[in-house]
Amino acid sequence: MTATDVKSSPLDRVWKALESVTDPEIPVLTVVELGIIPDARIENGRVTVEMCPTFAGCPALDVMRNDIRTAVENAGFDDVKVEIVFDPPWTSDRISDEGLRKLKAFGLAPPVKCGGSVTEAMLQRVPCPYCDSGDTTLESIFGPTLCRAIHYCNSCLQSFEQFKPV
Amino acid sequence: MPTETPLVEMKLDSETRPAVIDLLYRMADDGLIIGHRNSEWTGIGPIMEEDIAFSSVAQDKMGHALAFYNLLHEMGEPDPDQIVFCRSAAQYRCCSLVVLENFTPDAPALGPDLSNNPTRDRLVAHGDWALSLVRQFFFSEADAVRMAALAESSYAPIANIARKIRGEIKYHTMHGRGMMKHMGAASDDTRGRIQMEIDRLWPHALGIFEPTKYDKVLAAAAVTPVEEELCRRWRGDVEPLLESAGFSIPLNAKPCHGGRSGKHPPEMVSLLADLQKVARLDPGAKW
Ligand SMILES: [Zn+2]
Repeated sequence: MTATDVKSSPLDRVWKALESVTDPEIPVLTVVELGIIPDARIENGRVTVEMCPTFAGCPALDVMRNDIRTAVENAGFDDVKVEIVFDPPWTSDRISDEGLRKLKAFGLAPPVKCGGSVTEAMLQRVPCPYCDSGDTTLESIFGPTLCRAIHYCNSCLQSFEQFKPV
Repeated sequence: MPTETPLVEMKLDSETRPAVIDLLYRMADDGLIIGHRNSEWTGIGPIMEEDIAFSSVAQDKMGHALAFYNLLHEMGEPDPDQIVFCRSAAQYRCCSLVVLENFTPDAPALGPDLSNNPTRDRLVAHGDWALSLVRQFFFSEADAVRMAALAESSYAPIANIARKIRGEIKYHTMHGRGMMKHMGAASDDTRGRIQMEIDRLWPHALGIFEPTKYDKVLAAAAVTPVEEELCRRWRGDVEPLLESAGFSIPLNAKPCHGGRSGKHPPEMVSLLADLQKVARLDPGAKW
């Protein structure tokens, strides 16, 4: 798109619709901010939205897939296909800066950039999303959902969850 | 974001196609069945963190299995529900390690009772956490080795899935390695139990890498290295980890084979009866 485009193009409307779809487990985050939409295109009237799964076993994926289709249909498109792709592989590095900020505001410590390969060190001394202290302890690398680890803040004495780097 | 693309994009032919399909069934069935076994601990794990860990790993593995079943469906096989709910034990291609019950062999069977969930009651009374833990450790290490190899596969659809799920499996191996280290530093009783399961499960773990008639075709087409090579890499990872935790490696173990050609331990039948119960009561039910 160039600055001279005055009226929004059909593809703009698709992206606008996508920006209204949120992750049911983290309702402040849109699927675009989560980085799971590598591509959307319109060919011969058909809208194809590519979606790369976060955690392959995440039950929210089906919900998001349906929500995406509905949102794009409601934006005035009849023929919408949501295609699950593994290329590019989703990693938490794909979450946008705005997404990371929203995670923290939601009370989830954001993941550090991990290049798709987490190490134990990346899970230690994760800053507390409530008080920003770095004096925290990893409690469990598994949490209430596949994408969350559990930590404890030794400063404000609260446990908190982290969106796992993956 | 840089994504490596396989150097040679492979196209399937009459020789490689059945080989790739067989490989996918082996990986998907392993994931489904170990997911099922690990999920049996959900809600009754010995401590809460481990309950959550096993439930999470189970959920991940079910997700990985689904990715492979979906790929199989794209290649013309039945849809995932049909594959899982409509096959008999002999049609499954999983290794024996994932099939074993979460019990030691001498655990008594529960007599008939009024409970509506005898499997769970028996697990609460006689479940063997040490077995489940060692199994999970062995399997995750094998999973990591396999996915590292497949991330370089010439067959792009498999390479893409492998690259994606490697990151998730990293958490499984992190958990397994951490637990083995802890167990190695624990009491004599704990160490004894873990060593007993290492000895008992070792032949089954070697059986993960049971060679198949497709090994040569798959290796020649650079889809995956032969199973023997993957086993060598697995031992290269697992043996030093166990030794540094103070455990010993069983000698002269004979690999437990058969699963890759549909010959399973007897408990596969009861596992499927459980797994397929609802689908068999009400074929085609939606839930
Ligand atoms: Zn704090």
